[in-house]
Amino acid sequence: MNMQQIEELKSIASQTRRDILRMINGANSGHPGGALGCTDFMVALYYKILDHNPKDFSIDGINQDLFFLSNGHLSALWYSVLARTGYFPLSELATFRHISSRLQGHPATAEHLPGVRVASGSLGQGLSVAIGAAISKKLNKDNKIVYSLHGDGELQEGQNWEAAMFASAKKIDNIIATVDHNGKQIDGPTDKILSLGNLKAKFIAFDWDVLEMNGNDIEEVINVLNIAKTHTGKGKPVVIIMKTEMGFGVDFMMGTHKWHGNAPNNEQLAKALAQLPETIGDYN
Amino acid sequence: MKTYTYTDLKDTRSGFGEGLLEAGRKNPNIVALCADLIGSMKMDAFVAEFPERFIQVGIAEANMIGIAAGLTIGGKIPFTGTFANFSTGRVYDQIRQSVAYSQKNVKICASHAGLTLGEDGATHQILEDIGLMKMLPNMVVINTCDFSQTKAATIAIADYNGPVYLRFGRPKVPDFTPKDQIFEIGKAIMLNEGKDVSIFATGHLVWTAIEAGAILAEKGIDAEIINIHTIKPLDREAVLKSAAKTRCVVTAEEHQMNGGLGDSIAQLLSREMPTPLEMVAVDDKFGESGIPEDLMVKYGLSTPDIVNAVMRAIVRK
Repeated sequence: MNMQQIEELKSIASQTRRDILRMINGANSGHPGGALGCTDFMVALYYKILDHNPKDFSIDGINQDLFFLSNGHLSALWYSVLARTGYFPLSELATFRHISSRLQGHPATAEHLPGVRVASGSLGQGLSVAIGAAISKKLNKDNKIVYSLHGDGELQEGQNWEAAMFASAKKIDNIIATVDHNGKQIDGPTDKILSLGNLKAKFIAFDWDVLEMNGNDIEEVINVLNIAKTHTGKGKPVVIIMKTEMGFGVDFMMGTHKWHGNAPNNEQLAKALAQLPETIGDYN
Repeated sequence: MKTYTYTDLKDTRSGFGEGLLEAGRKNPNIVALCADLIGSMKMDAFVAEFPERFIQVGIAEANMIGIAAGLTIGGKIPFTGTFANFSTGRVYDQIRQSVAYSQKNVKICASHAGLTLGEDGATHQILEDIGLMKMLPNMVVINTCDFSQTKAATIAIADYNGPVYLRFGRPKVPDFTPKDQIFEIGKAIMLNEGKDVSIFATGHLVWTAIEAGAILAEKGIDAEIINIHTIKPLDREAVLKSAAKTRCVVTAEEHQMNGGLGDSIAQLLSREMPTPLEMVAVDDKFGESGIPEDLMVKYGLSTPDIVNAVMRAIVRK
């Protein structure tokens, strides 16, 4: 990656953050905090890492990398990235959370939105689904990789640990799960709500191959994701514990859990957008 | 009254095991998952023949449902196997979001449903599963009555694209339906044409309804007996046609009154053709330990209970 490519991705990330805030403002509801925090990761993943075919989307995704968003409340981020990588028209972002839209509050398949393969939002289910898709790939002799993203608060759901135990025991080594470790959830800091303790030690104890990265440094995200790819196929599932800042990119949304699930009003939106240059054009 | 005979007492779960093996031989995309109950679910033969297409998930049913949903991505047809209680109530939200709402081609196959599980008691005797599953949009709900029908249904659901809940049970019961039957989802089966009362039965209560029909015949009552193996989608035409003829109805099932087959038929009739209706089902109670036959008597699901329900229904015409 040269400097110019990194700058390009940063400008896309800025645009994506503008989309997220405008979509959530337009719906007067949604979850900006985690979406802003994971923007650099999702932009890196969809623009530089995934081997995928946005123009010819199929649920089965044979011979393509797959991505599952377990923390479905980051939907605004996912929709923006999907639209801007060509899965569906950019203009559709304006329908987010409106009636009769394909862009449901949480991702769904019922409206056949290209890019989404399973519903998510009720937390803790995505890792199991991703593992199932990974097994399907193995049975199909398809050597592509399954990626997934999970919230750290979401790991309080027990199903994740059933899945974590299963994946290592059964050597599901074609999966790269990423945990958004922003340390915050709706009710407050994760340490105060229900501490995850030593998350890295927990995954090591569950016999996963554990990597770490700063999720708000796009160059580091690309480097670590590329390293993670080289760790697949070696008998262990791979997890990346990704430090992020909830609300990253908007000063008044950072350092607090208050923007987990609140929409900015028009005044707050203007203040936020002033911090995020329009680079490749706002959606209409 | 048409006479039904059988040569064997066989468990419905063994019908599932044989059906799964046969479906697996026909279609290489079929995979099976189990949560530490291979023997109870009679999945041994599939496991032995297709070890690479079998996934033992351990005692982790939520994970099993999620993995099954994921397996459909890439074209696999997963059959999950565990007891009915752990197949439904325990994993309701996983089924709701990852399977039903997501329109995934998962077959949730559930044994040991109802009171006939017997001695293990109420913790395991789920009587609410039909209701839980039929309320989910996109979900097909099937409750088979004997070994041969369970085998045929298992084979049939493999060819249907969409989520299915297939419910069967533990005990050995008369295997009276044809061995070579083709199972049609949503198509009620006429077992005895009659004119005085319609008995709509599902699961193990189908044979009980046949026994009741013979007793009623001796009393001069000509009962129409229909096997409703598919609770959803309900065969509306069959129900309405029969009720129009007999003008009184009895439903029979090994399930709570709330949410079961009787509830579905009552809803249909009250909207389309109000008809006196009596339900043979468990009346808002949990079960208990005991031998299955005794439990069926104690909880009002035995042959005389159907006979009595018919008498009550007929006087309400």
